[in-house]
Amino acid sequence: MTKSLSKPLTLGVLLLPPAIVYAGLVIWPMIQAIIFSLYRWNGLGPLQQIVGLGNFSKIVGDEVFRGALSHNLIIIALSLGLQLPISLGLALLVNQKLAGRSVFRTIFFMPFVLSEVITGLIWSFIYLPDGGLINTLGGQLFGMSKVAWLGNISTVLLAIWVVLGWKYFGYHLVLYLTGLQNIPQELHEAALVDGATNGQVIRHITLPLLGPTVRLTIYLAVLGSLQVFDLVWVMTTGGPVNASDTMATYLYRFGFQRFQLGYGSAVALIMFILCFGFSLIYQRYVMRRDLAL
Amino acid sequence: MTKDPQYTPAIRLALTPAITAVLRHAIALLTALVVLIPIAMTVVGGFKTTGDLYVAPLSLPAEWQFAHYTDILAGEAFWRLLRNSLVITLATAVCVVALASMPAFAFSRMQFRGREVLFNFFTLGLIFPASVAILPLYITIRQLGLVDSHLGVILPQVAFGLPGNILVLRSFFSAIPKEIEDAASIDGCSTLGFFWRILLPLVRPALAAVAVLTMVGSWNAFFLPLLVLNSEQLWPLPLGIMQFQGQFGTDWAKVLAFVSLALIPTIIFYLLAERQIISGLTSGAVKG
Repeated sequence: MTKSLSKPLTLGVLLLPPAIVYAGLVIWPMIQAIIFSLYRWNGLGPLQQIVGLGNFSKIVGDEVFRGALSHNLIIIALSLGLQLPISLGLALLVNQKLAGRSVFRTIFFMPFVLSEVITGLIWSFIYLPDGGLINTLGGQLFGMSKVAWLGNISTVLLAIWVVLGWKYFGYHLVLYLTGLQNIPQELHEAALVDGATNGQVIRHITLPLLGPTVRLTIYLAVLGSLQVFDLVWVMTTGGPVNASDTMATYLYRFGFQRFQLGYGSAVALIMFILCFGFSLIYQRYVMRRDLAL
Repeated sequence: MTKDPQYTPAIRLALTPAITAVLRHAIALLTALVVLIPIAMTVVGGFKTTGDLYVAPLSLPAEWQFAHYTDILAGEAFWRLLRNSLVITLATAVCVVALASMPAFAFSRMQFRGREVLFNFFTLGLIFPASVAILPLYITIRQLGLVDSHLGVILPQVAFGLPGNILVLRSFFSAIPKEIEDAASIDGCSTLGFFWRILLPLVRPALAAVAVLTMVGSWNAFFLPLLVLNSEQLWPLPLGIMQFQGQFGTDWAKVLAFVSLALIPTIIFYLLAERQIISGLTSGAVKG
């Protein structure tokens, strides 16, 4: 008797508190966002001015938003094209015979634990046009002329991406290392005994077996790139002239600085749809085999 | 795959390993420098005058200035920021560990109707990243009257920490052999008793990984506190650093000293907890 009573009670004790916190602060806000996005609303007073999908068409028609979206896409392209291959190369390197291997891993991963504020400020100094590390050293060593790395429309996005790469390459590297350690050592040895070169082993054995990890890092890099905010906000707040705007900084400006909460909610929803759509498609078609493991 | 070794010239055979070994170490060293130089420059830069910093950013200070550091440490603001950061971080970590391990236990060790549905409901949150949900989240926090309170930062961080950590902990809890549970139950241990007295102590490393990783995230959080906390008295370190930079923006040596004081505890924590941080990250990612 007590046992049949205590099981639902036990479940209630275990599940109810987290369910309340989670439903109230994760699920409920997202439902609200859907409602708000259909209104013009400054955050005060009742929701009255319904605009239907008007916010969405305005966002899609806004050149600044399209620019912000394109910056997110550029960051994705740079991350997939450069950051991940570099991380993978370094992981293969660290995984081989290397004196002080664990020290290198510790160092490579270090930027990941630094806050984006700290990282952004350190690099703001490095990029400083007058007196910054790059321009001072570039001038002293190579006679380079001064560049306003963060103040120039054509360099700002690349400069920010370099910082993102600096901060996050160690994270991908550690994931690759974990993947590499899961590959049985015997396979390498067998191939080497058969006369394969190191390069052949990497190309025909290591990389195919690392597939799940590679697909995972691509997934994480794309989602991370779609949401970039802190670092951009600290370094440029999206400027100059929106040249480093991302969807999240655009959202912040409209939602919190101009208090267009309906419009901002619509931006949030678009971001969500992009992230969710990508997750769904990618997990369905690319990561399916990995998740089944 | 098979390749006749005689195709490879003898010289190449002898030299290649040595050369690649040197190259390997050179690349690793270079990358390490790219990581370390900005950090070292920041800490050392805090000991310079700003003029000295601008002219020779990478050399040691012409004259060691301790004033930037001692001024900040003597003031009240830095310690207040540090205290606020500690309060938010520790509270978030404790709540995440508690609230994530409870459903993780139910999902891994108990049979009940609707288990899969509920589990999917909890993990749905994995696709709502906090930065995307931040605006509606802010409105909810306002409706709850939590704006400008530490709770307004802690609770959302906990809520968004639940899905991933429930997933990680569930897989750790599942790995505990059923025999232990049976033995406990024969000895008269209730379900909750088993959870609290036997299972949780057994998975302490996993709990530590979750706690440490949550602490790193909470300690570094900027977006959420920026929105929720209006009073300076409540700010954590990242907000304080931004304000300090706004105030002394042109005096970069001073700013770097402040950044260093926030950076050093982070790095010490990292060096102490590296194993937990990395195991938490990789188990979450690889198993998730």
